[in-house]
Amino acid sequence: MKEILSGNEAIARGAYEAGIEIAAGYPGTPSSEIIKTIAQKYGNDIYTEWSTNEKVAMDAGAGAAYSGRRTLVTTKQVGMNVLSDSLMYAVYTGMEAGLVVVTADDPGMFSSQNEQDNRWYARLAKIPLLEPGDSQEAKDYVILAIKLSEEFDTPILIRTVMRTSHSKSVVTIGSRPNGKAEIGPFKRDPAKYNCTASNARKMHPRVEQRIKEIREYADGLSINRIEWRDRSLGFITGGVLYHYLLDVFPGASILKLGMTYPLPETLIREFAGGVEQLVVLEELDPVIEEQVKAMGIEVRGKDIFPPCFELLPDEIKRYTRDAGLLKETVPPRKEKSGKAEKLPELPIRSPVFCAGCPHRSTFYLLKKMKLPVAGDIGCYNLGTLPPFEAQHTMGAMGASVGVLHGMSLAELPENRVCTIGDSTFFHSGMAPLVNMVHNGSRGVVILMDNSVTAMTGHQDHPGVDWAVIEERPAKRVDLEAVVRAIGVEKVEVVDAFKIKEVEERLKDCLDFDGPSVLITRGECIFVSRNPQGPYHVDLEKCIACHMCFRVGCPAIGQSTEKNPKNNKYKSHIDPTLCIGCDVCRQVCPTGAITPPGKSKGKE
Amino acid sequence: MDTNFLVVGVGGQGTILAGDILAEVGMAGGFDAKKSDILGLAIRSGSVVSHIRWGREVHSPMSMLGQVDYLLAFEPLESLRMVEYLKPDSTVIVNDYPIPPVAVTTGQSAYPSREQIDGMLSAASGRYFNINVTERAIRLGNVKVVNIMLLGALSGLLELPVSVWETTIEKYVPSKLLKVNTRAFQAGRELLN
Repeated sequence: MKEILSGNEAIARGAYEAGIEIAAGYPGTPSSEIIKTIAQKYGNDIYTEWSTNEKVAMDAGAGAAYSGRRTLVTTKQVGMNVLSDSLMYAVYTGMEAGLVVVTADDPGMFSSQNEQDNRWYARLAKIPLLEPGDSQEAKDYVILAIKLSEEFDTPILIRTVMRTSHSKSVVTIGSRPNGKAEIGPFKRDPAKYNCTASNARKMHPRVEQRIKEIREYADGLSINRIEWRDRSLGFITGGVLYHYLLDVFPGASILKLGMTYPLPETLIREFAGGVEQLVVLEELDPVIEEQVKAMGIEVRGKDIFPPCFELLPDEIKRYTRDAGLLKETVPPRKEKSGKAEKLPELPIRSPVFCAGCPHRSTFYLLKKMKLPVAGDIGCYNLGTLPPFEAQHTMGAMGASVGVLHGMSLAELPENRVCTIGDSTFFHSGMAPLVNMVHNGSRGVVILMDNSVTAMTGHQDHPGVDWAVIEERPAKRVDLEAVVRAIGVEKVEVVDAFKIKEVEERLKDCLDFDGPSVLITRGECIFVSRNPQGPYHVDLEKCIACHMCFRVGCPAIGQSTEKNPKNNKYKSHIDPTLCIGCDVCRQVCPTGAITPPGKSKGKE
Repeated sequence: MDTNFLVVGVGGQGTILAGDILAEVGMAGGFDAKKSDILGLAIRSGSVVSHIRWGREVHSPMSMLGQVDYLLAFEPLESLRMVEYLKPDSTVIVNDYPIPPVAVTTGQSAYPSREQIDGMLSAASGRYFNINVTERAIRLGNVKVVNIMLLGALSGLLELPVSVWETTIEKYVPSKLLKVNTRAFQAGRELLN
């Protein structure tokens, strides 16, 4: 049977067919659909959870695999920085059952704060790295990874990129091995599982020996293969780039690597010896190129392709043409009519807070109050963009609270705040808040509680009463109680949709001499069970002052009617987008914005 | 010979589902099929682009410039960003329901005029349709069926049997909304006449 699956859905299917029993991760684009798909489709056979953060997920994965259950851990590329602390000990210990880590990288930075190349982690950890190029391979490589993991007693890293995770292609469906793994009592084997220095000294040589054995094994691995075509030009590549290459250079020879660490040296030498010119095609860093050069083989790579951003087929064309490798000349684009319209400068369409988003009021106020804002990762980072421009730093999960503390240490001449979401706070905001309390910091932590991990596609976090799928109940951890237990003396909780109240409580917190927490509470529209009907603008009352534009709502635009006094268009609310959050009504100075059924005025 | 599609619009308009259905229709119709999406932050009212390709054997999930046969645009401005992808004999179907981005409502930039849009798209394509589908979807009782109505319009231009479309749509839309989606699909098939 065949199905058309995204790379992430195919990894989930692979987990099912590989007999994986436990899957954990922290949400992050482009990895998030793996755990979600497992929960929705294979939840009867595989336990899933969104762990508090990636390191917690990795520890849980290690513990489950130590106990004898095949395990999958997922992360986005920057989450790997959090996860890696725990991966490194699992590399030394090995496990009783297969353990696979999937990192979904983001060349092009569609939704990440950096473009780090996580292939380095395989080299750092000295573990095999598999890179699928389409959904069939995504599924197959999970099954292969479990096999390799158990054969060589090592965690295996699978790396996708956004284009493999979020592209769909046809997959042949297989079956799952029967039954649950039989597991005995926990194996008490500290020589294997306790990395105390005296043990670790024995483990490290085993890690080196193991990767040497896998290097030899890689030469015979069928996912590393040479496709001989025209011998004048040969490419070494892997992942989705292989498919781009087939479109741009259908005639070239290709060494297609499914395992990109450790590299199959004998195969590479055979390929290099069989082509006149050898090129490595890889996105981001010259990870393969440098290793091939270290083998003493002449090869081109980053002198042709830049180390930044994606290398889509059009870019491969451009760079190889510039390098003289692509002979095809581009015919000038033919327009049907001789005088084609010149493309006007198109307005950009940046993402904005959704109509009805609970974060809007806070950023409206932060802009107005001109405070310095240490920001964090989540939808609220959209507060960086116009019309708010009120999140002034952002770098890593949970960093806002520590940066706020640093601003306090620096004794800035002005008061300061940070913004952090509920899920991000649980992920890595608690430790720096403890630090603020213990070390006598001052500043306001605005904890934006929207009852979900929103930006990555609405996953649960410890502060909600469900887990992975909404039907699965879970114990809710009380955010406010956590903050109080940490020792924060000034804690305010406010309805995020009431601008005036948020402003008053924020001012209270700013006046407090010590660390304070303002919890702005309001459900994300994607979990809210109570959307209201659309508001509308009474054009007789609207004076076209455009105050309502300052809340940056996608539902608010211009009407076709002008105010003759200032010659500006009056406002209009798109009824297909507005869900009646009431925030724009609160900033309208003339009472022109009204809830459904409350105005007799025509719009 | 490959058939390449682009489905574009604004986050929240249902473009992803339309692209998913289109890719699966290709597979159900006997082709190899691939699709590529940009998800994540792009869903917050940003530009959304899906590439869909059908063929005997499809390699890259993304089309190259000048390779696209059909552009299905849920919003006019978003269609203009794609003109360089179009083949000279391509077909463009645009939903005439402009959604001005915040940059336009706040007066930082201007939305292109209808004349500019018509001029660009008719010069860049072989066939160009610009119809207010949103208005028709609202009349059918659900603004969300714009995507299925646009697929209906597209289906009339392709040679696959209509049953392949209907079966796939049934698989993808929630069962309680099947009726209105079926009506939207049929209305879509009449749209370009």
